Amino acid sequence: MELFVNITLFTFLLVTALMIIRLRDLFAVVMLSGVFSLLSAGLFVALDAVDVAFTEAAVGAGITTVLFLGALRLTGAVEKPPRESQFVPLAVMTGLAAILIYGTMDMPPFGLAAAPIHLHVAPQYISGAETQIGIPNVVSAVLASYRGFDTLGETGVIFTAGIGVILLLRAGRHTRRQHKGDAA
Amino acid sequence: MKQHLIVRIGAKLLIPPIMLIALYVQFHGDFGPGGGFQAGVIFAAALILYGLVFGSAELCRVAPPHIILKLMAAGWLIYIGAGFIGLGLGGGYLNYNVLSINPMTGQHLGIFLVELAVGITVASAMLVIYQCFAAHQRVEPADDEG
Repeated sequence: MELFVNITLFTFLLVTALMIIRLRDLFAVVMLSGVFSLLSAGLFVALDAVDVAFTEAAVGAGITTVLFLGALRLTGAVEKPPRESQFVPLAVMTGLAAILIYGTMDMPPFGLAAAPIHLHVAPQYISGAETQIGIPNVVSAVLASYRGFDTLGETGVIFTAGIGVILLLRAGRHTRRQHKGDAA
Repeated sequence: MKQHLIVRIGAKLLIPPIMLIALYVQFHGDFGPGGGFQAGVIFAAALILYGLVFGSAELCRVAPPHIILKLMAAGWLIYIGAGFIGLGLGGGYLNYNVLSINPMTGQHLGIFLVELAVGITVASAMLVIYQCFAAHQRVEPADDEG
C-alpha cells in the first residue's frame, strides 16, 4: 500500500515538474509549483515526517504561492522564449544530476537503524525528550531546546528576509518618488 | 474582489477557524506536530486571505505595517532575551533548566517562550513581505520615463 502511494505521488511530482518546465504561462507555473509542494507534503507524511509535511504545506503550497502571485503582478505573467540554445544548461544539469545520483550510492540504505546519523546524538535526544524535557513531541524538543541556537539563527534568517524585502521594495518606491521630484 | 459574494462569505467563514488552528498549532506544538514556524505561517495566511479578499488597504487597517514591523523585531528580541534570562539565572545562554526550580518546568517555560517568539517573528515577516508586494505598483518599462 505504501509503495503504491509513493509511486503515485512520485509520478504526479514528475508530471508536475515536466509541466512547469514546458509551460510559458507563469500564472499556471505558480499554481503548479503549489501543487508540487502539496505533493511533496504528501510524500513527507508517507515518510512519517509530519512536522516537515506541515511546514511544506503551509509555506510551500500556501504562502509561497501567494507571494509568487504578488511578484507576478509586478513583473508580468508570460515567460519570454529563451534566446540562446538550451543545450549547455541541459548538459550541465544532466552532469550534476549524474554526480548527485552517484553520490547517493555511498549512502546507507534508506531507514537503516545502524546508519551513522541514527547513532550520534539522535538516541540521546529521543530518550532525553522524555526524561530531561518532558515533551512528547521530540521535534519540538530538539528544535527549541537541544538546538536552540540553530533556531535562534533561523529566526534571524526570517527576520533578515523580511528586512531585505522591505529594503528592496520600499527603497525602489522612494527613488521613483525622488525622480518625479527631479522632473518637476 | 469585494463584489464576489461567495468569495467574501467563504473568506469570512474560513478566517476565524484558520486563526484558531494557528493558535492551536502554536500552543499544542509540544504535544503534536507543529510549533512556532508553522503557526506563524498559518496565522499570516489567515490575514493574507483577508487582504486578498477585502483589499490591502483594509488589511493595513487591521494590521498596520508599522506595528507589524515592530512585532517582527520584537519576536526575535524575545528569543534573544529568553537566552539571556537563562544566562542571568546562572545557567548557560538558552539554558532553560534554570528558569524554574524544577528543570522540566523550566524547559516547558523556555520552549513556550521561544516558540512564541518564533511564531511572532514568522507571522509578521510573512505579513510584511506580503504587504510590501501588495503596496507596490507595477514597475513600467524604463523607456517611457526618459
